[in-house]
Amino acid sequence: MTTLTPLHVLMLGAGSGIAQATARLYAAEGAVIGLAGRNAERLDAIAHDLTARGASRVEIFEIDFVTAEPAQALADMVAKLGGGDHFILAYGVLGDQAAAERDLTAAQTILDVNFRSAAGWALAAANLLEQQGHGSLVVLGSVAGDRGRRSNYVYGAAKAGLAVLVQGIDHRFRGRGPRAVIVKPGPTDTAMTAGMAKGGPLWATPEAVAAVVRKAADRGGPVVYAPARWWLIMTIIRAIPAAIFNKMNF
Amino acid sequence: MQVAHPAFRDQLDGLIRAGAAGNHGLLAVGKLRSYGDSCLNGDGSAIEMAGLERFISFDRRTGVLEAEAGVTLAEILRVAIPAGYFLPVTPGTKFVTLGGAIANDVHGKNHHRAGTFGRWVRQFSLARTDGSQQVVGRDDASGLFAATIGGLGLTGVITRVTLELMPIASSRIDLQTIPFGRLSEFFSLAAESEASHDYTVAWIDCLAQGDKLGRGIFTRARPSSDGELRVSNKSGPSVPIDAPGFLLNRLTLSAFNEAYYRIAGRPRQASVSYDPFFYPLDAIGGWNRLYGRRGFYQYQSVVPPAVAEAATTEMLRTIASAGQGSFLAVLKTFGDVPSPGLLSFPMQGTTLALDFANRGRSTLSLLDKLDAIVREAGGRLYPAKDGRLPPAMFRAGYPALNQFTPHMDPGMSSTFWRRMQL
Repeated sequence: MTTLTPLHVLMLGAGSGIAQATARLYAAEGAVIGLAGRNAERLDAIAHDLTARGASRVEIFEIDFVTAEPAQALADMVAKLGGGDHFILAYGVLGDQAAAERDLTAAQTILDVNFRSAAGWALAAANLLEQQGHGSLVVLGSVAGDRGRRSNYVYGAAKAGLAVLVQGIDHRFRGRGPRAVIVKPGPTDTAMTAGMAKGGPLWATPEAVAAVVRKAADRGGPVVYAPARWWLIMTIIRAIPAAIFNKMNF
Repeated sequence: MQVAHPAFRDQLDGLIRAGAAGNHGLLAVGKLRSYGDSCLNGDGSAIEMAGLERFISFDRRTGVLEAEAGVTLAEILRVAIPAGYFLPVTPGTKFVTLGGAIANDVHGKNHHRAGTFGRWVRQFSLARTDGSQQVVGRDDASGLFAATIGGLGLTGVITRVTLELMPIASSRIDLQTIPFGRLSEFFSLAAESEASHDYTVAWIDCLAQGDKLGRGIFTRARPSSDGELRVSNKSGPSVPIDAPGFLLNRLTLSAFNEAYYRIAGRPRQASVSYDPFFYPLDAIGGWNRLYGRRGFYQYQSVVPPAVAEAATTEMLRTIASAGQGSFLAVLKTFGDVPSPGLLSFPMQGTTLALDFANRGRSTLSLLDKLDAIVREAGGRLYPAKDGRLPPAMFRAGYPALNQFTPHMDPGMSSTFWRRMQL
């Protein structure tokens, strides 16, 4: 399974449930994996897991994505990793919509983490990929970014902005080698959604989403839904006239 | 039941402290595959360990694996098989955690060779509700190792486990099925096969009466040597809704058993993947829903060798005359390998595993009759499969209870334990 030159993958937000499941797929391929996130102790537990699962080498980078300077930090991490073929940007906060309406600082935090900072890292990765002339950037978006609805539109707005940014990066890459994909999962059973009632046909496992992310790093895009049925669901939801949509309660 | 879902080890300390402080204490639970209430904690708290599912190390030269307690056997197989290893002991589902496999000291079709799961555990880490952490190994002299293996999760929270895996040359199994017409043939087949085969098990038609009483199909198997090491990723259909309660009745069951005995009962030899051999029910998601909303009772007993044939005959006769047979009746002989746990279920003898659709009082009264036979024979029942065992019978079946209780963590409890009035 280990190829002659293993893939070098950098997970930004490596502690997220989807990132961990994705990293396991890379580990099984024998990849060299960089884990970037805020909690070094947790990243260390993930690193051991990935090593046992077959990763060639795992490096840990303790970093706060919101305060760090992306261009320099990314260059440093790639240098230490020994390359950067795939960049998976998976961090984000769901936030609390009700709190965001009462307290604008809370709203700005949601936008800051999910859009402003994520956009900075995506652009930094884009520059690096363009320079080396190959590789993939896969960014985790959300179906919440496809249409604003009252229960999570601040989070949705940030993810919508991020989706447009990644589409633009992929457009910029055309004909030059690298690729960029925004993967939009539906509700996924991870720590991010811990407070919600889970189960039923619309919920996916992080493993199911991870399989889509891993494939997106190789082909397809620039917009991919995870699982794929969300493309159909969101196409219908986007088409509902506002007069009807605004009477719906979900 | 208040359930916490930690994803990282650093979250555990706080959750253990908070859980133990409440009424009815705390229970760490895995994938909840125990059939009864040993994996529940009624009005108390629980920590679902399934999110702590990371490997810590895997030595591909020695097959020694260290992992967090929430890792499932399915995940271990995914990593172990390509490296040429297999679980030395596996129960009939791979969707259980390491912690659960220890807490119930599970067994498999190779008990006569390998004994129970706990025999392959080198050490584990135990977090107690007093805030202490300890690493407990086989060489432990305090008795805590023996109390925790099969200890129903009541000695503390198992957080990490070091397990020895078994080398294999293939992930395939060479099996042989042999039909038998009466119970005495089962015992001679079992005796003859134990020396030659790693795995033995039999299916029993427990609705057959008269001269067909005790008929069944004996399966014996050993790992293949063809060199294929392939993880099975198949998942079959799942049962989307609760089936209507009348689906499994005496008529459909005896028709099923008759057909199964005739079709599957032809003598044959085959080479199959490990997956359908060890985990046939894992292929049907939510198979329990076939029993409808009222569910079913599992009943697994073991009786000592000297009285095994007589007691098993008596049990089958009682079941057949009550007309409440199950299509998952499994018979197997346990060998003389000692179980490492004070409350381990397996002991030398013959084990019979049954499930009965819940028909209320008539089912419970049948189980009471079976209890009387097992007790008379000096046998015991398996807590992991129990939902109605009388406390007196539990005490009678587990004479080491007195040695066990001093090792219990006073902050831990379960619905099963409270039901046993201990």
